[in-house]
Parts: sequence; structure tokens; C-alpha cells
Amino acid sequence: MSDLESAQQEAPERDRPTQSQLVQEAIVRPGEAHDLPAPSAAERVSVNERRAQQVLAIGGGDWAEVSARAHAEGDDDLMVINMGPQHPSTHGVLRLVVTLRGEEVTSLQPVVGYLHTGIEKSIEYRTWVQGVTFVTRMDYLSPIFNETAYCLAVEKLLGIEAPPRAQALRVLMMELNRVSSHLVWLATTGLELGALSIMLYGFREREEILDIVEEVTGLRMNHAWVRPAGVSQDLPDGTEEHVRAFIGDMRDKIDEYETLLTNNPIWLERTRGIGVLSTEQLVGLGITGPMLRAGGIAHDLRKAEPYCGYEQYDFEVPTADTSDVYARYQIRIAEMRESLKIIEQVLDAMPSGPVMLSDPKVGWPAKLALGPDGLGNSPAHVQHIMGESMEALIHHFKMVTEGIKVPEGEVYVTVESPRGELGYHVVSDGSNLPYRVHVRDPSFVNLQTVPVMMNGLLVADVIAALSSTDPVLGGVDR
Amino acid sequence: MSAETTQPPDLIQPVLTGLRERFGDAIREVSGHRGEVTIELDTARLVEVATWLRDDPAAAFTHLSDLSGTDYPKRPDRLCVDYHLYSREHNVRLRLKVRVTVEDPHVPTVTGVWPTANWHEREVYDFFGVRFDGHPNLVRILMPEDWKGHPQRKDYPLGGVDVDYIDAHVPPPDTRRYKGGWTST
Amino acid sequence: MAGTGSGLEKLPGGILVTTVEKLANWARKGSLWPATFGLACCAIEMMATGAGRYDLARFGMEVFRASPRQADLMIVAGRVSQKMAPVLRTIYDQMPEPKWVISMGVCATSGGMFNNYAIVQGVDQIVPVDMYVPGCPPRPEMLMDGILRLHEKIRAGEPRAKLVLEPATTTQEG
Repeated sequence: MSDLESAQQEAPERDRPTQSQLVQEAIVRPGEAHDLPAPSAAERVSVNERRAQQVLAIGGGDWAEVSARAHAEGDDDLMVINMGPQHPSTHGVLRLVVTLRGEEVTSLQPVVGYLHTGIEKSIEYRTWVQGVTFVTRMDYLSPIFNETAYCLAVEKLLGIEAPPRAQALRVLMMELNRVSSHLVWLATTGLELGALSIMLYGFREREEILDIVEEVTGLRMNHAWVRPAGVSQDLPDGTEEHVRAFIGDMRDKIDEYETLLTNNPIWLERTRGIGVLSTEQLVGLGITGPMLRAGGIAHDLRKAEPYCGYEQYDFEVPTADTSDVYARYQIRIAEMRESLKIIEQVLDAMPSGPVMLSDPKVGWPAKLALGPDGLGNSPAHVQHIMGESMEALIHHFKMVTEGIKVPEGEVYVTVESPRGELGYHVVSDGSNLPYRVHVRDPSFVNLQTVPVMMNGLLVADVIAALSSTDPVLGGVDR
Repeated sequence: MSAETTQPPDLIQPVLTGLRERFGDAIREVSGHRGEVTIELDTARLVEVATWLRDDPAAAFTHLSDLSGTDYPKRPDRLCVDYHLYSREHNVRLRLKVRVTVEDPHVPTVTGVWPTANWHEREVYDFFGVRFDGHPNLVRILMPEDWKGHPQRKDYPLGGVDVDYIDAHVPPPDTRRYKGGWTST
Repeated sequence: MAGTGSGLEKLPGGILVTTVEKLANWARKGSLWPATFGLACCAIEMMATGAGRYDLARFGMEVFRASPRQADLMIVAGRVSQKMAPVLRTIYDQMPEPKWVISMGVCATSGGMFNNYAIVQGVDQIVPVDMYVPGCPPRPEMLMDGILRLHEKIRAGEPRAKLVLEPATTTQEG
């Protein structure tokens, strides 16, 4: 640098970079990196880059407003901290703007929308059956519930009902999904509270369920298996034995989890009395699911408004009355046991018959069969549409490309998902494309309790209380 | 659940009778479809009716299940907000509907009646532009704060990009060939 | 500026430098710590890959670092929305060199099935991606295949990906 300074002193009017200019250029500002071009190429920078350069150095209006509010009171002890959206313990891309006094939370503001995918609008440009593939990715831990609720809504608009075997299969898969969703909840909550082994045990059991699900639907997640007017495929041979073996195994494993956690002093310390919500708060905030039942209100849509034949199965609705994180844990463990009971009853009472309505206007025409190269179009069906019946070919073509036509109207259908009431408000204008599909996702509503629950909690309890709401940000943001 | 009816009509009858007695002038239309009852209300009387529905023991609609918006561009009052109510006591559901225009999209907030409406109304504001008067914090919830436009309106484009494969070109979803229904233009 | 660096290159065959480089590359790939960037469904499969059955610990990668400052690898698992894009870039910038990016799943690779206003059509518009793993979601074995191929790339000392910038092509103005 001394060369430069002497050069400057020699000829100040010559155009050389000053020391401060060089230093300025060497600093990497937030949003820049050395592999980004110099600003003169700015016109080639895409909007995403520009947005990246605007960056979270400021953090958005909500940050400015929260910290202004904190400092306006002149209270120097208040500190505004940002948790997320990239955070190991926020169950997804959730952002919490927390105002702390020391270790205690004075206010908390959740910011959502970091996973907004425009699913509801995308469905309006797809056929009714293609909509299943979109809704299944909303609440990605309970895809079967999304699919079933959507298909129930479409069936209600059509004025039809799926065959009894399809309904029983839907119940079977839904209850398996409920168990796997609660397992993920247990695993991630345990991980966040420090019980690292529960994470591995939960995922180990979940793999067993995913094996069964893969056998039946073909995929581990995001199945697109439930279709309007039934389900797409029947159970392959050997599934029933597989499920029964799993149920026996799972009962022992749930006992194991309870041994580890239920009377564990650390677990009790960290979960009892945390995140308490009163009944007025629960009802006013529209909470449903395990959180509502942990507050003493025995409301379960499977009992109150049965669907898919739930009225024939005998199961209980567990409730607790302390309405804290520990109660919600107990409820979810109990629900896992009840789900296993239901699965057994479904297998015992499984009706025979088709799994998809054969009504040509509604049922999916393609028959699938296991061939030499895997699962694909059944050769008999291909022979029929290509060789035997022109009408069947035309019908198959129209059904697959254009899809079903659903009469005009709107319905609101709910199912009891592992997180609460999952509702679908579906509007049809009589065409082959959905007009509007709005999803009332339970996580979206349950997250509203987070600011209410947090007052006076310590930072560590924030994590426990947040995870007791079991948010799945895919459903929150859709 | 039979596909035709969710609950027998007689469970909702006392509610309808009570509503007609007290708020007969606020009700624009009562309709039913597949066992669900929809009541279209005068927007200005919404909070009154909602409060009565929540507090009256014959109705007891303490749960607001869902608050959703829909855009019907073919109607002059395009934007429609639906309130799905549930009464745990009587186990009945009801839908309230209000309609507003794009030029004057103001609906009174029901957060005073059902606090859960807070985020739902923010979502309807975000995606449809309906302004809920009296809402404590009406800002966008799912889109970035500085986003322009209301994405779920029918005249807002889906916004896809062309996808080029080696020997195929797939246009964005809103230009697909087999559209039999509403088009985006 | 003569003399810095070029002295080492003058060694016969550059044997010392190559061996150190090989060693460094082997060490880098042997203990590549991922940063948690699980967004959506792929995050669950990523967690399953790190869990008991499809154990990532055998490759030295079971510690998913919460802080990007301690991570080498960012596995973008899931769909990146417009609101999340600046966050993604910030986390990438906070990672120290050398760093790699795996884009897991079709949503991160190309926007996936969500070809609309809300999703960034491929994270390679924001961060340079070294390995693309397709799938919706990719099975844990597929993710591990992608990771192992990345390990091979690192061990071979291949140059890292560069961000390819294109003219602004979005539907959102402003």
C-alpha cells in the first residue's frame, strides 16, 4: 500500500484507486460473494439475485416494527431475536420474531409463508384427478389424509360414494399414516428436547410403516393413491400379514417409548405446565385435534361426523385436562394405540369387492396389473381398448385427458388428520377443472396459538410449546 | 357418511327460523346443496349475525372452521368470502357467505367474534384483496410483504415458465390444450 | 508480486502440492457436514436418510449442523418459495469455503411440479449447484447416490459449480 500512497502523493490528479476504494471493494457485503459479477454487470442479474441482495440484513417490515416497539418502551432489557426460517427446531420454515427480557419471552410473532407453493391456484389449472397429486404435497406428513379429504369432497359434489372396500382401504391407510405422523412428531420433539435416541427410534418405526405403504401405494410419500370414486389399486398379496406383524411389533415399541419418556423426570420437567391454553382460548382460536383434546374437549371428527365407515369401528377418543405439552404427548401416544386398534378391526372386517367405481363417467379407466416389467397397464385392458371396443378407447382417452366433469356447487368436507380438522372447501363450476379448492389446514390454525402460549416462557420452553402444536409448514403455507 | 346429506335438515331448522325472525332483512339468499346450508348475508350486518350465531344457545356456532375466499369474475360482486361455522353442541355446520366488489372490497372483521379469523382474514386479504375493516394486523401473510397483486384472483396469471426438454417443449400449465372450463384470459 | 506461489509450482512435477491436495480432498469428502436446509417433503426423506436404516453416519455426515458457519454442504431439500429465496442465499453466503450444494428433489432442481408464481424454478438461479438429485421425493438411496457421486467429485478435485446468471425472467415485476 505504501507504493500507492507515494504514487498518490506524486500525481494526485491521475486516476488511481485510493486505498479506501480498494478496501471498500474488498469488503464482501451481505448478499454478495466472490462468485457474483461486479455491479457493472447488474443488468444481467435476475430478479432472484436482486432479491437476494436486498436480503435479510434488515429482515423485513415485521422485524423493524417489532424492534421499534421493543425499544419504544425505553426498556433496555428487551432484546429482539430472530429464530428461523432456517432453524433446526422450528419444524420447517417457520420464522419466529421473539422479544426477550433476559431469558423470558415477552412477545412472539410468527412469520409464515416461506413455503408458499401456490398449490390452491395450481389445482385450478389441472383436472380433478390431477388435483390429488397436488393436495398430497400440502401436509406432507399426512398425505393420505389430504388425498382422502379432497376425494371425499369431489365425491360429495358428484353425489357418489366409493365402494366399501375402497373406504376400508382408505381407513387402513389413514390410520397407518396417523401412526407415522405421530411418530415423526415424537421423533422431532424428542430431538429438540434433547432425547436424541427417540429420533432414531421414531424413524426406525416409521420405516416399517413406509415399507407397508410402499407395498400398497408404490411410494413412500406423496402417494396419489386415493382417487375420486375409490383408490387406484388394491392391496397386493401378503399385505395383511405384513400389517398384522407390524401391529404386534408396534405395540411393544410404543411401550418402549413410554418407558423411556412418560415418567422420565427430565421429560416431565420440560413438558409439564408448558404451553397451557384455556378452553376459551382453544375454542376461540379454532383449535382442533390433539391440542383440543388435551384441553379436555372430547371432539373427534371420526366420532362426530363419521366418514369412510368409521362408525363401524370401535375406538376411544383420549382426552386429558392439563392442556400442556405433556398432555399433548400423552394424547398422541394414546392415539397411536387407538389407531392400531382400528387397523386391526379394518383388517378383520375388510369387505371384498372393487376398489374403484366402475361408472364410466367417474371411475378411472386404466386398469393396472403386475407384469413382467413391473406395474403397468394391464395387458387385458390394453387389448380391450385397442382391439375390442372403440367406445372403450374413446372413453379411456377422454377420461384420462379431459377427466371427470363435476356438477356445479360447493361443499366443505372435513377429516380428522393427525393435527386436527382438515377441511376442504371445493367449488365446482360444472367443468372438468376445479374452480376453487381451499384447504383449511389444521397447522395453519393451530399456529395461531403460538403467540398466546408463549408469554412468560423461557426460550427453551418456546421450542417445547411450538413443537406441541405439531406444525407442518407445508400445510400452513400451502 | 351418505353423500347426499351430512346432517338431517331439522337440526338446522331452529337456527334458520331464529335467523329469519331476527335478521330477516340481512339475509339475501338461503340455499342448500348436498346437505349443506349456505346463507348469503348483507355484508354490513355480518358481525351482528355472527355474534348471534355464536351466542344463541339454539345455534351455538362456537367454532369457525374456515374462512375462505373465492373469485367469481363473471359476477359484478366478484369477491366472495365464505365462513364455515360448526356447532359442537348440536353437531351442525353452516356456511355464511358475503360478496363484495373489487372496487369496494370491504368486509367487517369477525376477529371479535371468533379470534381464529385473524390469520384466515389475512390470507383472504393476501390472495384476493378483500379488506377486513377492524382487523388488528391486516398485512400479507403468505406472500412476501412487498408483493404486488392478489395471486388467487382469476385474472392473476399462474406465472409458469416454459420448460424445454431435449426434444419437447412444455408450455406453462395455464395454456394447456384440454381446458374445458374457465380460461385465464 | 513475483515469488509468491510460483515457487511451489517450480518443484519437480509438483508432487508435494498434488499429494497435499489429494489428502485435503479426501479429508473434505470424508467428513462433509451438511447444513440443515430442509424445506418440505424432501426434508423428511433427508431426515430418514440420516436416521437408522439409511445411515448417513457411515459417510461421516450424520451431524447436520444447524449453523451454516460449521457446514460444508448445503442440501436444499424441498421447494424454494419466492419469500425463502433471499434466506437461501444468505445461508449459502454464511457458509465458509469450500462449500458444495446438492439440490435434492425436483422442486429444488427445477421447480418440480410447481410451475407457478410462487416457486423459484430451480435453486441454481440463486446458488451454484454441484449435484442434482431428482425425485419427488428421492428415496434415501437416491440421495445417498447423489452424495456419494459428490464425494467422488470432491475427491477428484473437480472445480465447483459456478452460478449461471440469466437475464431477468420472472412474472413478478418490481
